[in-house]
Amino acid sequence: MSRLDTVGDTLVLAPGDRRWPAWLDLLQGLSGLLLVLFMWAHLFAVSSILLGKPAMYRVTRFFEGSLFFDTPQPWLVSLVALFIFVIFVLHTLLALRKLPSGYRQWRAWLVHMGGMRHEETSLWLVQVITGLVLMFFATAHLLELFLHPSNIGPHASAARIASGGWVLGLVLLLSVEVHAGIGLYRLIVKWGWFGLVDTAARRRRLRRFVYALVAFFLLLGVTTQMAYLRIGKESAVRDGLRYVPPGSAQIVPPLSDEAPLRISQTGEEVKR
Amino acid sequence: MSEDEILARDTAVHGAATSGEFTLEVLRCNPADPEDRPRWQSFTLELTEGMTLFIALTELRETQDPSLQFDFVCRAGICGSCAMLINGRPGLACRTLIADLPSPTRLAPLPGFALIGDLSVDTGRWMRGMSERLETWVHGLDTERDPARLEAPMEPEVAEAIYELERCIECGCCIAACGTAQMREDFVGAVGLNKLARFHLDPRDARDDGAYFDLVGDDDGVFGCMSLLGCDDVCPKDLPLGTQIAFLRRRMARQAL
Ligand code: HEM
Ligand code: SF4
Ligand code: SF4
Ligand code: FES
Repeated sequence: MSRLDTVGDTLVLAPGDRRWPAWLDLLQGLSGLLLVLFMWAHLFAVSSILLGKPAMYRVTRFFEGSLFFDTPQPWLVSLVALFIFVIFVLHTLLALRKLPSGYRQWRAWLVHMGGMRHEETSLWLVQVITGLVLMFFATAHLLELFLHPSNIGPHASAARIASGGWVLGLVLLLSVEVHAGIGLYRLIVKWGWFGLVDTAARRRRLRRFVYALVAFFLLLGVTTQMAYLRIGKESAVRDGLRYVPPGSAQIVPPLSDEAPLRISQTGEEVKR
Repeated sequence: MSEDEILARDTAVHGAATSGEFTLEVLRCNPADPEDRPRWQSFTLELTEGMTLFIALTELRETQDPSLQFDFVCRAGICGSCAMLINGRPGLACRTLIADLPSPTRLAPLPGFALIGDLSVDTGRWMRGMSERLETWVHGLDTERDPARLEAPMEPEVAEAIYELERCIECGCCIAACGTAQMREDFVGAVGLNKLARFHLDPRDARDDGAYFDLVGDDDGVFGCMSLLGCDDVCPKDLPLGTQIAFLRRRMARQAL
């Protein structure tokens, strides 16, 4: 009996459809790629603080819908966080299929890796470990953003990072950038993009390029964290005052649930 | 580096190690004897000019231990019998110069295949099983052949591309070098995927992508491969395994869409 007839005839995958493995592999790569691109864009957005508080403020407001709304709409941030979370969960579930399971597979893998002394084989373990770190820590981070979407801004973010958030920040930065770099490399050789898988020399060059990229993002991330730490030490931030762009008069919700703030025409922050 | 410099360096390296003593540690085990436990056994031998691992093992068997088991046929990297783990990495004993190895060097049988004894494994049974599963033969040829009829001609480029992939000697190095194959027994490995890529090229094979999908469109096939490319880096015939696997993956993914 031919099983051919179930291949390629519909787009809807029934539970027994033999196209599942292909789809899962495609989705794993696609979700990984989306996450990589998002994480890079995200780091660029966060690092806008290096250009000063006004720049970071504008970026924050942009993600709160400043193009379409007059007042900040933090639920937009929640929405994005939710979307990323769904992709993230999807990718995690798909990637977990590939993890060694049980003693026998782990031992086979580790013995194999130790003997091979092969860069790409070892990188895969790094990918598994950073992935597992992300599974726990990025979930915590995303949940926090989802629950407190308005807690983003030059002061609010700095306050979070200065009050111990930098530990989680550094763990996330290191694991996400390393994981994203190796993942991107893997995608390129896996699907043979740009012919880069064709020779060992090209693969080596691609690896060096990816390492440089990872180093760049790590440096950018660490510099950014240091900028937030510095701001977090300022007295206004310690007093729990929100950042207010110069020259604006508006009511801004405070960092905590204390009384709201009134902002004077000159941009000073006044507690009511 | 200029040719002369490379030559000078190579002579220096090889020259330095063509004399003196060399230690080989061999993982011994005789599965036919239920009492026997795997153990490392150390052998010391005198180096000679141009000595390969195969020559060294033969000398050990002739002069030190006649019970030492290992395979060889061609001694020239053609038959694929002599693959083993050399300091943890798969390679052909007949194509490995002792001078390129550190002393002591550890030899172990290829993992992932049935052990016959010491360094000898049954790659043949594995390869046959894989070939039957993947149906690695030309499909759709008339079984009734008319010897008087001319064969259909083939473009020289196509013939050459097929020949390039046909060079696989089924040594099993790519299976021993593959983390996926070591973890998951049913994975067809680079050798299997390369074979299907070869028949995919062949205009005489009547199978379409749907038929290939039936054979490798799952996690024991191309979608199980995690692209660690150990296979590509150890293949003694330098087959473009990474390229072929990526090609199959794209074709099979398109087939599923
Ligand atoms: C923001 C977070 C993440 C990003 C940017 C990311 C990115 C990527 C990319 C691009 C790939 C290559 C995809 C492929 O080979 O098809 C990949 C693979 C992988 N990811 Fe992630 N990932 C993230 C989170 C995670 C998490 C939470 C896990 C949890 C265990 C994980 C585990 C893995 C594993 C094990 C692989 C290798 C899969 C394979 O070899 O087939 N990743 N990741
Ligand atoms: S593909 Fe290369 S390593 Fe694998 S069996 Fe063939 S010749 Fe050996
Ligand atoms: S690319 Fe990696 S996982 Fe795929 S067959 Fe080669 S060694 Fe195995
Ligand atoms: S003896 Fe034939 S390949 Fe080594």
